[in-house]
Amino acid sequence: MTTQDESLPYDLGRRRLFQAIGAAGVATALPMLPAQAQQREAPAQAYIFFNAAEATFIEAAVARLIPKDATGPGALEAGVPNYIDKQLAGAWGAGERLYRSGPWQPGAPTQGYQLPFTPAELFRNAIRALNQKHAGFATLMPKEQDAFLDALQKSKEDLGGVPSNVFFESLLEVTIEGFFADPVYGGNKDMTPWKMIGFPGAYADFYEYVDKYNIAYTAPPTSLAQDANGRIHIHIEPKRK
Amino acid sequence: MATRLKETDVVMLGVGLVGSIVGRELTKAGLEVVGLERGEPRFTVPDFQAPAMHDELRYSIRKSLMMDAAKETYTFRNSANQTALPMRRIQGFLPGTGLGGSAVHWNGQTYRFHDADFRMRTLANERYGKDFLGPEYTFQDWGVSYADLEPYYDRFEYLLGVSGKAGNVQGKKIPGGNVLEEPRSREYPTRPMKEPYGSAMFRKAAEGLGYHPFTQPSSNLSEPYTNPEGMTLNTCMFCGYCERYGCEHFAKASPQTVVLPVLLKDPKFTLRTGCQVQRINLDSSGRNATGVTYIDSQGREFEQPARLVVVGLFALNNVRMLLLSKIGAPYDPATGKGVVGRNYSYQTTSGVNVFYDENTNINPFMRSGASGTLIADFVSDNFDHAKLGFLGGGYIGEVMSHGRPIEFHPTPPGTPSWGSEWKKAVVRHYNHTAVVSTHGSSISTRYNYLDLDPTYKDAWGQPLMRMTFDFPDNDIKLSAFITERAAEIAKAMGGKQIVASPRKRPYTSTQYQSTHNTGGTIMGLDRSTSVLNRYCQSWDVPNVFVIGASCYPQNASYNPTGTVGALAYWAADAIINKYIRSPGPLLS
Repeated sequence: MTTQDESLPYDLGRRRLFQAIGAAGVATALPMLPAQAQQREAPAQAYIFFNAAEATFIEAAVARLIPKDATGPGALEAGVPNYIDKQLAGAWGAGERLYRSGPWQPGAPTQGYQLPFTPAELFRNAIRALNQKHAGFATLMPKEQDAFLDALQKSKEDLGGVPSNVFFESLLEVTIEGFFADPVYGGNKDMTPWKMIGFPGAYADFYEYVDKYNIAYTAPPTSLAQDANGRIHIHIEPKRK
Repeated sequence: MATRLKETDVVMLGVGLVGSIVGRELTKAGLEVVGLERGEPRFTVPDFQAPAMHDELRYSIRKSLMMDAAKETYTFRNSANQTALPMRRIQGFLPGTGLGGSAVHWNGQTYRFHDADFRMRTLANERYGKDFLGPEYTFQDWGVSYADLEPYYDRFEYLLGVSGKAGNVQGKKIPGGNVLEEPRSREYPTRPMKEPYGSAMFRKAAEGLGYHPFTQPSSNLSEPYTNPEGMTLNTCMFCGYCERYGCEHFAKASPQTVVLPVLLKDPKFTLRTGCQVQRINLDSSGRNATGVTYIDSQGREFEQPARLVVVGLFALNNVRMLLLSKIGAPYDPATGKGVVGRNYSYQTTSGVNVFYDENTNINPFMRSGASGTLIADFVSDNFDHAKLGFLGGGYIGEVMSHGRPIEFHPTPPGTPSWGSEWKKAVVRHYNHTAVVSTHGSSISTRYNYLDLDPTYKDAWGQPLMRMTFDFPDNDIKLSAFITERAAEIAKAMGGKQIVASPRKRPYTSTQYQSTHNTGGTIMGLDRSTSVLNRYCQSWDVPNVFVIGASCYPQNASYNPTGTVGALAYWAADAIINKYIRSPGPLLS
C-alpha cells in the first residue's frame, strides 16, 4: 500500500520538487533532445500512444518505481512502459467503466477520483506539463530521480490540471499492474516478476497441493496465452482446415 | 411511447440469486414469471472458462463482471453536511451485473445468522438493559426468529451443496464443527473443505488459546454433489480465482450451477436480458402495482403489466427501485420519519498480517473463495458485552482466498511504497505472509442512510442513489476489541512480526472492504419503522415483495448471502402459500 501524507503543505511539496531538479544542476524548461532519448538503454518498443518525449519520461520513471536490482529485473526490463502504452491507447485509457458526468467538483479523499480526465488525458496532460516545467528528468542521476518522484508523490503541484500526487499514484498503480498482470497485456516480460515472488500465474488446479504444508512450489509459471511449448501468443492464428 | 406487453402473473426484477430461486419456486407453483435482467446472459460454458478466466487485470482490477459505472453508480458522502459525489469507479464494493448477478463472482462463504441477530433489540434489552447504547442507534428486530428461518436455511444450503461440518444438530453439540452455531436440522450436504497451511496454523493457535476453531462453510464444494434440482456440481480445485471471477469447474454454487438451467427450461419462465427497469408502475390509488416500465438494450421502452412484482436486485438497487417508484415514504434523518433508505449498514472488517521467515511457504495462491478456518467465540452475542460498551460481534479467521499479486503483495510497516526497498520487501514477503481477518457486524444509526441524489443521473436520466455513511462509534469499538483478539491468535501462529490494522474512520469508498451493503428496505413488525413486513412484502403496496440484504435492519457478524438465500425461500413460501390464496396484505 502506498503511504501518502495528506497533511503536507503545498509549498513544502513544491519546494522539494524544485530542490530535486536543482540538485542535478539542470535548468528547468530545457528541452529534451531526441539524441539524449536515444542514448537511454531501453528495449525497442513500438509505442502506439506515447510520443517520444512521453516515452522518455515513462521509461525513466518506471525504472525508478520498480528498479532493476539484485532481486531481478525492474519495471523497464519487464516491459511495463509497453503495458502502460497499450492500456492508455485502449478502452481503459478512454474511460471505460468510468462515470463521466458533471458537475465536476473536488471532493474529500474518501470520495475518490473526481477529475474530468480519462486516464489517457490525465497521463498526457501531466507528462506534458512535467516535460515543460521540469525537463531533463530522464538525464538525472537515479538518486535525484528518486527525490523528484518523491516530491511528485508528496506535492499537489498543478500539472496541466492534474495534481502531481494524483498523477504519481496513477503512474505507480499502472506500473505495479504492468509488472504483475499476465504477460498477454505487454508487461511482465517472460513472467520474470511472477518468478521473483513465486506466483505461478494462470494454473487452474492446486487440489493435490493445498494440504501438503510448507511445500516449495517450483513449477514454472504459466500465462493465459501460453501454448504447450511455453510460447506466449499475443496474436491468434487462424485454425488450419 | 412504451409498448405495452401482455400481462403476466409475476414480473421479477433481477435474475440473480434471488430471482433464480423465487422464479423457480413460483413457476413450480404454476405462475407465469417474466424475469428482467439488466446485464447479459452468461453461462459456465463458454463464458467462465480457463485460461481466459484466470486474468487478474481483467476481472479483479478492471472489474469486468461488475456494474458498469459509466452507466450507473452511486454518490457518496461520509455525513449529511458534505456534498455527495459520484463513485466514478466501482472500488469500495462490487455489485455484479448480468445473469446470475453477484452470486457468480462471490466467494461462496455461506453462514447462518443467530437468533440474537434477528431479535437484536429484544434480546439486547433483556441482557444489557434498555439504554445500553444511545438513542442514535436504530437497530431493531427483524420480525422473524432463527427458528422461523431454519427450514429455509436448510433448503438453501442443500440447493448449493454447502461443504462444512455441523457443530450443533438439533441441540446436540458435535466436536470439530462450529459448536457455537444455532441448532441446524441436519448435517451439511458435503464434507468440509481441505485446510490450507495458514488456516492449519490458525487452528492450532486458536485451540491453544481455548477457542473453538472450525472449517469455513463453503459453497465451493469439497466433493461432487447433485442437488434436489438435479444439478451436479464438481470438486473445487483451489485455483485461487474465485471472488470477482466465474468458476470454470462447475464447483462454485451460483445460479448457473444450481438452478438456472432448470428454470430456463420451464415454459412458464421468460428471461429477458439487457432490460433496465425504470420504475414499478402504480395505479391511481398508489396502493397497487400494475407492472414495470423498462428500456431494452436497443433503447426501446416497454411496459410489462403484472399482477405481482418481486424485486430481487442488488441490495442498494432494491432501495433505489422503491425510491424511483415512490413506494413507501423516503427516510428523513432530520426528523427520523420515513422508512425507505433507513438503517443502511455495512460490514466492519479488519486484518492482521503475520509475517513469517523465508522458510515458511504459505502458498497463498492455492486457495478457494471459502477455504479457511475461523472461530465464532466473538460472533453476535456469543460473548458478554456488559463491560465492553458495544453491541455486535464478528468472526476471526485465516480465510485468505487468493494470492493474486496485483492485489496481494504485503509489506511490513515502514516499507516505502515504491523503489528498490519496496521491491525487496515484496519479493521477501509475498509467499511468507498469512492474513488473519476479522469480519464484524455493522449497527444501524439514524445518520447512515440512502436517498436519491439531487444532482447526478444515470445513463437513462434517472437520479443516482446517494449513500451517507461512516462507521459508528459502536463499530469502531467492536473492531478495536476483536482485532486485539485476532492479534493474540496471530502472535501464537509462529510468525516473526504481527501487524494489526483495526478499522478506523472515516469510511472510504475507494478501498475495497466487502460487498455486504445492507438495509434501506428493512423488514419488521411495525410499519412506522420498516418498509416490509416479516414476509418481505411492502406495507404500502402489497403486491410488491422485495428480497435481499436490503431487508436487514442491521448487519450481523457473518457474511450475508446465506440469509439472502433463506429469505428468498421464506418469501417465496409466503407468496405461494399465503399471498396467492388471498392476495392482499399478509399482515395489517
